Amino acid sequence: MSLVSRYLEENGIPTVVIAAARDIVEHCGVARMLHVDFPLGSPCGEPYDVEQQRAILEIGFNLLEEASGPRTTEIAPFVWGQGSEWKDLVFTEARPWKSGEDEQDWLRKKALYKTLKAKGKV
Amino acid sequence: MTYVRYIDKTREYYRSQGYEKPYQWAHFDEVAFQPLHKPLAESRVALVSTGEVEVKGTNLSEDENQMGNVGGVYSIPSSTSEAELFSASHSYDKHATTLKDVNSFFPTTRLHEAVGNRRIAGLTERFIGVYNAYSQRRTLERDAPEVLKRLREDGADVAVMVPV
Repeated sequence: MSLVSRYLEENGIPTVVIAAARDIVEHCGVARMLHVDFPLGSPCGEPYDVEQQRAILEIGFNLLEEASGPRTTEIAPFVWGQGSEWKDLVFTEARPWKSGEDEQDWLRKKALYKTLKAKGKV
Repeated sequence: MTYVRYIDKTREYYRSQGYEKPYQWAHFDEVAFQPLHKPLAESRVALVSTGEVEVKGTNLSEDENQMGNVGGVYSIPSSTSEAELFSASHSYDKHATTLKDVNSFFPTTRLHEAVGNRRIAGLTERFIGVYNAYSQRRTLERDAPEVLKRLREDGADVAVMVPV
């Protein structure tokens, strides 16, 4: 997504990236990022928290209006409602990123990618 | 508590799973910056997402190989109501959250509200989905230009972009 954002900026379209994975977006480098410090999957606000989702989008709009140069990162002033345990546990043995059907699906996609690559299709 | 360093954390995690070669995350020294060309209240906004958002009962796929992580771009009519949208993505923290409310990662209803409040002038006819690709070259050389093309066709002034 950061790559696409960069391309749009290079070609005349201002962008704001609303992201949870701050380090990945900053490592790539984008014009404007709103960092929402929530688990991957909920960068635009907690599920069903309409007021918070509105507030986050509004901060994104403000960032579009106020940023004066590239690599502007704004931090959304919210903490995840169920505590910060997820930060320690994400990508650990205790909480495998993929397991069961998800893992099978991932392995299937990976195998397909290898096949496509061998055929010169990717 | 500080934010999660996913680059370090995933490197460590996949090493422990037996994958020796770490993923090389994209990195650039130069970053372009485009100021707003007109006030937001006069701007048409596009939404671009990697959330694998789909419309119930339809096949949006435009590339039969996209399930092989080869990337790809597709469109979702921006008028689609949130009740008709869903994501079957596995790329989120399923231990901590859920994708059941699309507005958490694809803020369509919130954007429609912003039009209603005249915070923004309108939305593009199409919202854009981008599939993640293993190959960064493929994203840069094929998918990013396709997103730009669709945004230009739809008269987008600004893009809100949400990775999941």
